[in-house]
Amino acid sequence: MSNAEVPAADHGRASSTARPRGIGALLLSEFALLFRRRRTWALLSALAAIPVLLAVAVRLSGEGGGPSFVGEIAGNGLFTGFAAITVAVPLFLPLTIGVVAGDSTAGEASLGTLRYLLITPVGRIRLLLVKFAAAALFCLTAALTVMVVGILIGLALFPVGPVTLLSGTQVPVIDAIARALLIAVYVAVSLLGLSAIGLFISTLTDVPVGAMAATVVLSITSQILGSLSQLSAIHPYLFTTHWFGFGDLLRDPISWTSFGENALLQFGYVVVFGSLAMGRFVTRDILS
Amino acid sequence: MTTSGLAVETRGLTKRFGRHEAVSSLDLDVPTGSVFGFLGPNGSGKTTTIRMLLALAAPTAGTISVLGSEMPSRSADVLPRVGALVEGPGFYPFLSGEANLTRFDAAEPGTSSRTREGRVADALARVGLPAAARKKVGSYSLGMKQRLGIAVALLSPRDLIVLDEPTNGLDPQGTREVRALIRGLNADGTTVLVSSHLLAEIEQLCSHAAIMRTGRLVAQGGLDELRGTTAAFELETPDAERAVGVLARHGLAALVTDDVHVGDGRRVDAALPGDVLSEDLVSALVAADVRVRGVAVRRPSLEECFVELTGEGFDVER
Ligand SMILES: Nc1ncnc2c1ncn2[C@@H]1O[C@H](COP(=O)(O)OP(=O)(O)O)[C@@H](O)[C@H]1O
Ligand SMILES: [Mg+2]
Repeated sequence: MSNAEVPAADHGRASSTARPRGIGALLLSEFALLFRRRRTWALLSALAAIPVLLAVAVRLSGEGGGPSFVGEIAGNGLFTGFAAITVAVPLFLPLTIGVVAGDSTAGEASLGTLRYLLITPVGRIRLLLVKFAAAALFCLTAALTVMVVGILIGLALFPVGPVTLLSGTQVPVIDAIARALLIAVYVAVSLLGLSAIGLFISTLTDVPVGAMAATVVLSITSQILGSLSQLSAIHPYLFTTHWFGFGDLLRDPISWTSFGENALLQFGYVVVFGSLAMGRFVTRDILS
Repeated sequence: MTTSGLAVETRGLTKRFGRHEAVSSLDLDVPTGSVFGFLGPNGSGKTTTIRMLLALAAPTAGTISVLGSEMPSRSADVLPRVGALVEGPGFYPFLSGEANLTRFDAAEPGTSSRTREGRVADALARVGLPAAARKKVGSYSLGMKQRLGIAVALLSPRDLIVLDEPTNGLDPQGTREVRALIRGLNADGTTVLVSSHLLAEIEQLCSHAAIMRTGRLVAQGGLDELRGTTAAFELETPDAERAVGVLARHGLAALVTDDVHVGDGRRVDAALPGDVLSEDLVSALVAADVRVRGVAVRRPSLEECFVELTGEGFDVER
């Protein structure tokens, strides 16, 4: 019975489940799972409602004012997309990302599907990778939804013409639309750090609502910290720092500085919180 | 760790939750090719043990070998050969039964997507669910979910199938079907480890069993071994005194029970040792002109053995 006293080591578990072989089918399955949920479509519909409400409000009242870009909507419908994404970035987008990323493993645990995936054996690292990929895909879909619906409703309700950029030059409509889509990509990248944080929090619990709420609260906290000038020393390291830096894509020539800095910062967050999530999830007892 | 014909072998397997020891120094031996009943009242540590066998939870102490390989370190190689139902089924309620199976099949590395549809259809057919394949699992009854859970375990050919309380929520007909399914799997050479808190429900199914109580193994082995070699020999005859004499010559101490008799018949009870065959006794009785109206050989049920071993009823929770 001497071996009964030896504490069992976790050695090897990580390495044996770490090989992401044949991940394509699982990735497709994960994407299908995301987009077959009514909840996902409800979130996207709520996001699509933002530009619609903005455009209708401007149309009915006939006056501009309010957040940036809203004043320009009546003169040029293309600005509906810019205005809508500006409204969505601080709260609505993080809210939907929090739901999707916070649900990752905690949602599977609460359904009881996590143990069956692991027995399959899906591989713990492999599962985290596809969960993050699905969250990233959702970030892109969410940002594109706001922007594309904004452009379409703008085309429908307002005159559309060449856009005067922040730097003063005018670009043709097609050029402006390309920049709008680029802004959606910028915003999607901005949300990757938050997705990784949500994924990590999700590995800590079997209660998805808790993980979702915690993720959203963190995104708000980070924005509040970013608004306090006393804390300017930590500002460059907040994942929300560059969230509104997409204006640089509306200059001529395009300034890629904030895009690059943002991408690098988000990558850092993904690496740190992705590693934390793996460290936690690989050794965790699945008792759900 | 040896691979001596054991599909599952644990040594000193222990799991602690805080200060509470859910499984204590468990030495489990599940022979390859057996239908192994893993029995014990609620809370006796069956599910916790199964979670450790499947690398869902890490042991606090002890070693595990499944299909000849150490767990959890070799889980990526072992688990594809194992199908399991653990602590009730778990599904995506917003997907159909078919879509759920497709999802689990896609999650398994190395399965071909070309043959996926066929595997899913086969698994659904084996548990009798094709009619409900397209319905959302959220609308399934508990029994249907239980069957779908078993279907997940059957998606690929397995060497070991672990079924944790597979008859929970099933009606008697469903229970019979699960038993038939287990027999069929075992006939194909699959080792089946089936846990239950209802001894009677799977006793008739098992070739081997282990009985748990508060995280500890009470008894383990072949079913006859567990029940003991002694059975009760019960005879009904009008010639009770002569019968007692015949039985005594065969080494049986028989008693005449007066209170149970029909007409002039009386009952004679004796303990039947393992080395005496009841058919020899009957021919000896007949040869001695004992009119034999009825004979029964009653072996104690596992539940009776458990009560004898522990001095407690089986249904006590800790
Ligand atoms: N996640 C957990 N945390 C703490 N205690 C647990 C947990 N899971 C099970 N237990 C305890 O471990 C013991 C064994 O439980 P379990 O393995 O589920 O028993 P069984 O499957 O035989 O009914 C019980 O006393 C139970 O309360
Ligand atoms: Mg149990």
